[in-house]
Amino acid sequence: MSLLRNSWRQLTSMRTALVLLFLLALASIPGSVLPQRSVNIDQVNRYVVAHPDLAPVLDRLGAFEVFSSPWYSAIYLLLFVSLVGCIVPRLRDHIRVLRSVPPEAPSRLDRLPQHAPDVTHDGGVESLASALRRRRWRVAVRGETVSAEKGYLRESGNLLFHFALVGVLVGVALGSLWGWHGNRLLVAGPDGAFCNTVQQYDEYGLGTRVGAADLAPFCMELTDFRASYHDSGQPSTYQALVTVDGRARSFSVNSPLRLDGANVYLLGHGYAPILRYTDRDGKSQTTVAPFLPIDDVLTSEGVAAFPDVNGRNRALQMAFEGLYLPSAPASGPFLRSEHPEERAPAVMLFAYRGNLGLDAGIPQSVYRLNPRQVAAGQLSQVGEPTLLRVGEAWTLDDGTKVEFLGTRQWITLSVRHDPGTVIVLGSVACLLAGLVMSLLGKRRRVWFRATTPGSNVYEAGGLPRTDYPGFGEEFAALVRQIGRI
Amino acid sequence: MAALSDQLLVVAILAYLGAMLLWAAENAFGGRGAVARAATRELVGAGAGAPASRTNSGDLVVVERPETTNSPQFVRRRAVLGRAAVAVFGLGVAVHLATAATRGLAAHRLPWGNMYEFLLSVTLVGAVAWLAVLWRRPALRHLGLYVAFALVLLLGVAGMVVYTEVGPLMPALKSTWFVVHVSAATLASGVFLVGFVVAALYLIRTGHEAGKERFPYSLGHRLPDSSALEPLAFRLHAFAFPIWTFAVAAGAVWAESAWGRYWGWDPKETWAFISWVVYAGYLHARLTPSVKRTVVAWIAVIGWLTMMMNLFGVNIFFSGLHSYAGVD
Repeated sequence: MSLLRNSWRQLTSMRTALVLLFLLALASIPGSVLPQRSVNIDQVNRYVVAHPDLAPVLDRLGAFEVFSSPWYSAIYLLLFVSLVGCIVPRLRDHIRVLRSVPPEAPSRLDRLPQHAPDVTHDGGVESLASALRRRRWRVAVRGETVSAEKGYLRESGNLLFHFALVGVLVGVALGSLWGWHGNRLLVAGPDGAFCNTVQQYDEYGLGTRVGAADLAPFCMELTDFRASYHDSGQPSTYQALVTVDGRARSFSVNSPLRLDGANVYLLGHGYAPILRYTDRDGKSQTTVAPFLPIDDVLTSEGVAAFPDVNGRNRALQMAFEGLYLPSAPASGPFLRSEHPEERAPAVMLFAYRGNLGLDAGIPQSVYRLNPRQVAAGQLSQVGEPTLLRVGEAWTLDDGTKVEFLGTRQWITLSVRHDPGTVIVLGSVACLLAGLVMSLLGKRRRVWFRATTPGSNVYEAGGLPRTDYPGFGEEFAALVRQIGRI
Repeated sequence: MAALSDQLLVVAILAYLGAMLLWAAENAFGGRGAVARAATRELVGAGAGAPASRTNSGDLVVVERPETTNSPQFVRRRAVLGRAAVAVFGLGVAVHLATAATRGLAAHRLPWGNMYEFLLSVTLVGAVAWLAVLWRRPALRHLGLYVAFALVLLLGVAGMVVYTEVGPLMPALKSTWFVVHVSAATLASGVFLVGFVVAALYLIRTGHEAGKERFPYSLGHRLPDSSALEPLAFRLHAFAFPIWTFAVAAGAVWAESAWGRYWGWDPKETWAFISWVVYAGYLHARLTPSVKRTVVAWIAVIGWLTMMMNLFGVNIFFSGLHSYAGVD
């Protein structure tokens, strides 16, 4: 039992709290040095490939998920237990102090750090007391003595700050239990529209207490995306125009779309070339293939695949790997766009014929050709790479034809719901208020005692209860205002 | 306008350098600055062996340590040098302000868009904070040597290593929160910078008082008493900490509207959190009597190192969402 009590005392001591604080700071460092799954999964995958020996060891230690690892959680949970163990008794004490009256005067006021031997005040003890009350001192009158105290805000603010920290933790926990998010790419046009269900997201995460059916129901279509650029090619503004359940809305970076039960954030944008392929039977198919930007001027790469062509012969499936240039130079080499705006759109196409390997059941990127099929000789390039401007067509060696019809815009967006945000925000506001109060507040006491019973001359003393270099001046000013020295 | 700003930067650095030299001369002219000596006046009881606290203040005598170099001529020369240093430093601050202003005019926005401009602003806040300290505590004047040294160093790095051509803002930076978040971060960093310098000087001075003679402790005999430095360091940090807290909170509000989450452990966020935790530790350690004041000052030094790590390390070594530095 005494062991328990001692370890509790140890845990709630300031020394332990300080050690835990520095452990927390130290433990956060690997979270910034090593790539984190929650921040950028691609970086983690690249790191694992680059360090095949080290990565599995680090992974077992949770080094790629530092902020949800057991050791990190242990540190901050211990810290919060220590915090609560410290502030709950302090809250009890503070409430007792708030309900009590300022203490009696010490017998020798001249021993106090501040002292004035003769303060003349007419009107008696009660008048002196009310003069102090007007200056927001808490006052107690005992016979011919007035005790006054001020600066309770310091401890109130201090406690508010620490309880607000607990509030932040609660808000974060709520968010991870009941929050969810989904990210996807959305191509403009009615055929690109999506509804808010997990199947419609490229990537999603649900809180522990969220089921797939709990997502806010809405459907969204991108009607237009507007971007403006400086002459240098640096973007100036973005705006996405959408319809949500038939109603027109718009949003941009820094001003998300706030819907009932979900917020929609604009993360990125790009172009999706529209390609039409006419096969050996003269049948045409059109595809809108989002290409991913590879640089600041939106030079983009992607693949347009046509698996169901040429009599559904697997060996005659077609795919066009391409490089899209929104502002292609007038003459080659066609490697890089001159500007992110579509001033002279052109697409450089590399045609491939053969088995695309889509039936193998292995998930693969829709933005790249399956490299295994190319390496295995199942998929081979046809003809020379060809540049197509809008409206141009390229006839391949087997008489089939590919046309570049134009582009559509696409955006990437993140749909999120975090019920803890309001609690975190409120807690942080309290935290700041508490912090300022505790750093500005100064606890101090003053006493006035009549030199002889019934006299209008008082002896005054002052005592700062906290580190307060300006107390001498405040005391002198107070004494001057209260009386005539 | 951009070229003018670049030229003004050189002038500002030269002015700080000049102030630094004048302060160095002030320090070099004998023992201590006339005013710093006042901080180390010793209270000596008049009666032999009688504890000072037992006697009335009338019986206390102020005795100054005799200094061989305290002849009136030396004192006067030091005062002239010190005042000249402050004047040149003030000129430097004015030119520094003009550098930032012309840069902002050239870019048609507040000059906080990349690392170069951020450093320019942080150092400006630091310089103004030092002027404020000088105004409130003239006795610390000759410490300007160290502040000017830090400013010359940081501005030199800004101008030579991380310089970026003036350019417009990216869409992600076009937000009211840009002004709120970055101004608070700049202000807090500038005050932390001055707080760090004072804490470091405190460590040098305590080392000197403990009898250490090697460099950098040998600088200690020109510094004010450690009991004057330590409270100043604390007050600077206590002033900057709520502003830093606000800067991080404002950043979280902005991150919520720009990136969809208020906190995501982006490297910059992680290091801002680390700095916050270390400075919170500093304040707690300062209020804990059992922790030695030198340990407390070391925590302030570590805190500043984490701030520097966030500014230079994160911008240069890590890629993240805060990639506006313009540094490759």
